[in-house]
Amino acid sequence: MKRVAVVDYGMGNLDSVGRAIEECGGRPIVTDRAAEIETATHIVLPGVGAFGDGIRNLRARGLDEILREHAVVGGIPFLGICLGMQLLGARGHEGGVTDGLGWIEGEVRRLEPAGEDQRVPHIGWNEVAFTRASPLFAGVDTGHDFYFVHSYHLVCRDKEDVLATTPYCGGFVSAIARGRIFGVQFHPEKSQRLGFQVLRNFLAV
Amino acid sequence: MPKIRVMPTLLFKDVGLVKGVAFDSWRRVGSAMQAVKVYNMREVDELVYLDISATSDGRPPDFETVDDLADECFMPLTVGGGVRTVEHVRRLLKVGADKVAINTAAVEQPALIREIADRFGSQCVVVSIDARRRPDGTYESYTHAGRRPVGKDPAALAKDAEAMGAGEVLLTSIDRDGTLQGYDVELTRLVCEAVSIPVIASGGAGTYAHMAEVLREGRASAVAAASMYHFTEQTPLAAKQYLREAGFPVRL
Repeated sequence: MKRVAVVDYGMGNLDSVGRAIEECGGRPIVTDRAAEIETATHIVLPGVGAFGDGIRNLRARGLDEILREHAVVGGIPFLGICLGMQLLGARGHEGGVTDGLGWIEGEVRRLEPAGEDQRVPHIGWNEVAFTRASPLFAGVDTGHDFYFVHSYHLVCRDKEDVLATTPYCGGFVSAIARGRIFGVQFHPEKSQRLGFQVLRNFLAV
Repeated sequence: MPKIRVMPTLLFKDVGLVKGVAFDSWRRVGSAMQAVKVYNMREVDELVYLDISATSDGRPPDFETVDDLADECFMPLTVGGGVRTVEHVRRLLKVGADKVAINTAAVEQPALIREIADRFGSQCVVVSIDARRRPDGTYESYTHAGRRPVGKDPAALAKDAEAMGAGEVLLTSIDRDGTLQGYDVELTRLVCEAVSIPVIASGGAGTYAHMAEVLREGRASAVAAASMYHFTEQTPLAAKQYLREAGFPVRL
């Protein structure tokens, strides 16, 4: 069985993510300990919260280095969800300007309405349009709806990192991948059938 | 555009779910767990769960119950009732809420909105505003499950909440609540025009046409309803089918 480290840095909807992983056949281990992260088959960084607090909490627990060692260097498949994806960026602008983990080149900026009735936060179900094929979306067609609840988004510098975009506020990046590091701006754990498909795909990486 | 959301509302009081008329005359409508399981199976867009006696009873949120419900709830969940501190919010999010609704505390200690938004982001702070029409046609906001007037109209209250960092408004017409006579479209429009965050219209839904009306004329981003699902044969899925035919973007 897949042992999935669900990283606890005081910010997440940890139970929801853990329960969804269980439903998808994995064994979630909610943890902030190096030993448990090191022996996991997969790592998930959830996150509900502000960028500044998120990165400070990761650093305070030494998790920035632990995650880098095992995901970036060690190659354990990694999935960042919502804030967990944004934290991969080089810099964030929520709660002051702060450096992120910097695994993905790009900045996290506030969504800017691109027309009347484009309200921020972006809350609800919206389309995820693939820009390239990825095992993360195996069995899912482009253009289906996933659940979003966020005010900020990751602006990628390298288009190669982008897996999918969503047509709101001028279009934003809704999924990324670099090697075995994945990130989704939507919440697969709350996106029902298709969300579970994405989680199962991740567990199969 | 995100799809418009069709959201069932579950009101919890004492030991089970209830539904009333104008925030009164409560009737029992079954168990929360059963309702959550059914809505989860039907893949509804989002669920609102409000513990309507917590504040009046001076209780904090019932974290254990929310934990149990959220374990069966693989859909977005907004939880409210008795939320008075940042720690309440942290615990609700941890056990599985995606957003937290505050009503009485948002009025009594507006700085709480800012604290929650700074810590967890605006997107998870829903300010719940209950409003009643005054005899002169203007509106008054209420706290304590509709019992205490605030002395402020809901549009102004929503605007203040947005400035403090609220990410969404759950707007309920007390007059229309449980009547099945339709949303208060004018109230909804006033609040939607005052803010640039999403507004969920609530109170009065009796037919799918009422939903179309408050989305089009009231400019709401989402429609919440309870009585029409409890007491009629209508369903969230059929509501979305109707709304799609009426030209709204929905998720089916």
